[in-house]
Amino acid sequence: MNAVGTPEPTVLLVGPPNAGKSTLFNRVTGASAATSNVVGTTVALEQAWSRLGDQTVRFLDLPGTASLAAASPDEAVTVQAVRTQLGAGDPGVALVVLDGPRLARSLYLALQVLELGVPTVVAVNLMDEAREAGRVPDIAALQDVLGVPVVGVSARRGEGIDALRDALTAALADPDAVRGRDLVDWPDTVRASVEALAPAGGADAAWVRWALLSEPVATSETHVGQVPWDAVLAARAQEDVGPAMIAARYAWIDARAAGLLQDGETEDATARRTDAVDRFLLHPVSGTLVFLGLMWLVFWGLFAGADPLVGFVEEVFGWVGSGVSAWFDARIAAWPAAEGWLSLLQGLLVDGVIAGVGGVVVFVPQIALLFLWLGVLEDVGYLSRASALMDRVLRAAGLPGKAFVPLLSGFACAVPAILATRTMPRFRDRLLTMLVLPLTSCSARLPVYALMIGALFPATLAGWPIPVRPTVMFGMYVLSTVVTLLAAVVLARTVVPGDASASVLELPPYRLPDPRSVLRTVFRRTGDFLHEAGRVILVATIVLWALLTFPRYAPEDVVPPDVLAEAVARGEDLASVAAPYQLRHSIAGQMGQAMEPFTEPVGFTWKTDIALIGAFAAREVFVGTLGIVYGIEEADEESGSLRDAIRSDTRADGTAAYTPRVGLSIMVFFAFAMQCLSTLAVLRKETGGWRWPVFITVVTFGMAYGGSLIVYQGLGLLGWA
Amino acid sequence: MNATFTGRTLDRLAPGESAVVHAIGGDRPFRLRLLELGLVPGTVVVCVGRSPLGDPLRFRVRDAVIGLRRADAVHVQLRSDA
Repeated sequence: MNAVGTPEPTVLLVGPPNAGKSTLFNRVTGASAATSNVVGTTVALEQAWSRLGDQTVRFLDLPGTASLAAASPDEAVTVQAVRTQLGAGDPGVALVVLDGPRLARSLYLALQVLELGVPTVVAVNLMDEAREAGRVPDIAALQDVLGVPVVGVSARRGEGIDALRDALTAALADPDAVRGRDLVDWPDTVRASVEALAPAGGADAAWVRWALLSEPVATSETHVGQVPWDAVLAARAQEDVGPAMIAARYAWIDARAAGLLQDGETEDATARRTDAVDRFLLHPVSGTLVFLGLMWLVFWGLFAGADPLVGFVEEVFGWVGSGVSAWFDARIAAWPAAEGWLSLLQGLLVDGVIAGVGGVVVFVPQIALLFLWLGVLEDVGYLSRASALMDRVLRAAGLPGKAFVPLLSGFACAVPAILATRTMPRFRDRLLTMLVLPLTSCSARLPVYALMIGALFPATLAGWPIPVRPTVMFGMYVLSTVVTLLAAVVLARTVVPGDASASVLELPPYRLPDPRSVLRTVFRRTGDFLHEAGRVILVATIVLWALLTFPRYAPEDVVPPDVLAEAVARGEDLASVAAPYQLRHSIAGQMGQAMEPFTEPVGFTWKTDIALIGAFAAREVFVGTLGIVYGIEEADEESGSLRDAIRSDTRADGTAAYTPRVGLSIMVFFAFAMQCLSTLAVLRKETGGWRWPVFITVVTFGMAYGGSLIVYQGLGLLGWA
Repeated sequence: MNATFTGRTLDRLAPGESAVVHAIGGDRPFRLRLLELGLVPGTVVVCVGRSPLGDPLRFRVRDAVIGLRRADAVHVQLRSDA
C-alpha cells in the first residue's frame, strides 16, 4: 500500500465480535501509534503503524465476525483483506483474536483462517475474564492442536502484550514456520465436492469451501481462487454441502473443547450474572424504565455536562473575533487609503468565517459527549439489549433486526448509517432503512436544537421540578424516533412492500468499558465530524457571507431619510446605523424577504429563511448563517453570543422574533426536513439513481412544513406568544 | 444421530427450558448463519428469556446469548427434551 517498492509488513486483526479486538488493537499498537481510517472501504476500518523489532508494521483492524463466510459485500471485507494483503507473497501475519471465556465458540473462525494457509498468530484475549468465569484456556494445549503460535492476553489489563509483540516479530521474520493448515477431518461428501472443483487442494480448496458458504453477491470477482463462481454455484445447488462442512468444523471443536481448558469443561460462572442482569434490564417494566431513564440521562448530560465547555468555546471564539477585528482596525487607521478592502476582508473573517464556523464549533463538546455516551453504552453491552428492547417495534415497522445498528448510527450521521445498510442481503430491507434514515436525529441537528433550546427555553419552570432544557431535547429525539418508525410503517405498506428478512441478534456478556478505547473512538468520530462538517461549513459560510454582504450600498441609499438625518444629528457612526438596512437589501436578504410570506404561517422571519437556505447544504449551516446575519447587523456592538442576539431580535411590529413557540416550530422543521447534500449524494449512489432521493426530499419537506404548521398554529390556539 | 424431529420448534421453548437442535430450515443465508453460530444438529439450546414486547426470544448456545424473533425461531426444529 505504500508508494515505494518494498511493501511494509501488515498485521491483520481478525476476530469475533465482542472479543475485545479493538482494545487489543489499541494496546498492541501503543497509545502513540498513528491511526487513520482506511479510505475506499465501505466499512470504517482503522489502521495504525507501530515498530515491531527493527521495522515499521501496519496493523489493520478488521470488522468483528463470527465466520469468514459472507452473505453481503460488507461481510466479505475480512476475506478480501486476507486475500489482497497476505496473498501474493506480501509480508504479513493474520492475528486471530479469540474470546478466552468462550473459547470453543470462537475456534470456528480460527479454523477458517488456518485453512487459508496464511502466516497466523493466535491471541487468546480476555484471559482475566476467563479466570473470573473459572474457565481458563490451556494455551500450551491450544498451540499444540492449532500448530501456530498462541499467546494468552488481557488487552484491557495490558497482560501478555509484550509476549504477543514478540510472537508477531518472530512470525514476520519466519512466516513459513507459522503458516496455518487445514485441520478438520472432512466427511467424504464434503471432500468429494471440494476435490471436484479444486483437485490440487491447498488454498484453492479453502477458497472453494469459503465460496460454498457464501453468496455470489458478496464478491465482485467472477472466480474463487482458480475456480469460476458458476462451478461453485452448481456444486452448491446439487447437495447441501454447506451444513455438512459447518458440522465437521464443530465436530472437530467439540472433540477437543474439554481438553483445551485447564480444568476441563465447567459451567461459566459469569453466565448466571449476565442472565440475572438481563432479567432485570429486559424485564417489561424495569427494562423499559431503565431504557427511558438512561436515554433521558444522556440528554441531561448533553446540557449539564457540556454547558461549561460550550460557554468556554463561545468565549474563545469571541476573543479571537475581537482580536482579529482590532488588528484590522489598527491597519485601517494606519492606511486609510485601503479602508474599503480592509474592512471587507475584516467582515469576511470576523462576521463570515469566525462567526459562521464558531457558531457550529461551539457545539462540538455536546457532539463529543453524545459519542462518549454511545461508546460507553456499546462497550458495556447495553446497546445490543436496547436493540432487543426495540426489536419488536422494528418488526412492527417492517424493518429487519439488522436495521437497528444503522438506525442508531443515524443519530450520529446519516451518511455512514446509509453505508452501514450494506450488511443487509436484501435490497428491499436496505431501501426501507435508507429511506427512513434521514429522519433519525443526526448530530447536525444538535447545534440547531441546542441553540433554540439554550436561547429560548428557561432552565427551570416555577413549580416544575424537572429541568426544562434536557426534557425538550429528549422530546425532540423521541419525536424523531417515533416519526422514523411511523414513516417505515407507511412506506412498508406502500412503496416498499414485503416482510423483513430474518436476523440473529448477538447479546454479549456485560463488562466494564475500557476507557482508552472509548476515548479513542470519541476523538476519532468527533474529528471525522469536524473534518466533514468543517469543509461544507467553511464553503457555505463564505458563500452566504457574500450573499449577505453584496451588493454594497452607501448609507444614504438604504437608510430612510428621517432615520439618517437623526443619526447625523446625533453624530452616530453611519456604517453601523446602515448595517441592518444593508442586510435587508443584500442578495440573501432579498431572497429571505421573498420567502417570508410562505413561512409566516409557521412563524419564521426573513432572517430565519436566509439561514434555512444555507441549511439546505447542511443543517448545521443554519446556526453558522444566523451567526453571520447577526454579526453583520450588530456590526459595532460588543460581540455578544448568538444566543443573546436571537433572544433580543424583534419583528416589524416590535414583538420578539424568537419565542419558545417559534423555536419549537423551527426544531420540528429541522427534525423532518431532508437538509443535507451529502446524504442526498450517498442515497443517489446507493439506490442507483435520483428517483428515491428526490422522492424522500419531497416527502420530508412536506412533513417538515406540515409539522411546523401544526406546532406553530396549534400553540397559537393554546395562547402561546 | 438417529433421533427424530419431535414436531417441536425453538419458538415453543419456555424460559428456563432446554432442548437439542434437530435441523434448521428457512432461507439459505439464515440457515447457514445459525449453523455457523453453533446451532448444528445435536447442540443443546437453553431459552433464557423473552423480551418485554415478546420478541426477540433469548437463547444460550455454546456460551453465547443470541436473540431470535419468534417468526425466525420457528425454523429451528428440536430433537427431544434434553
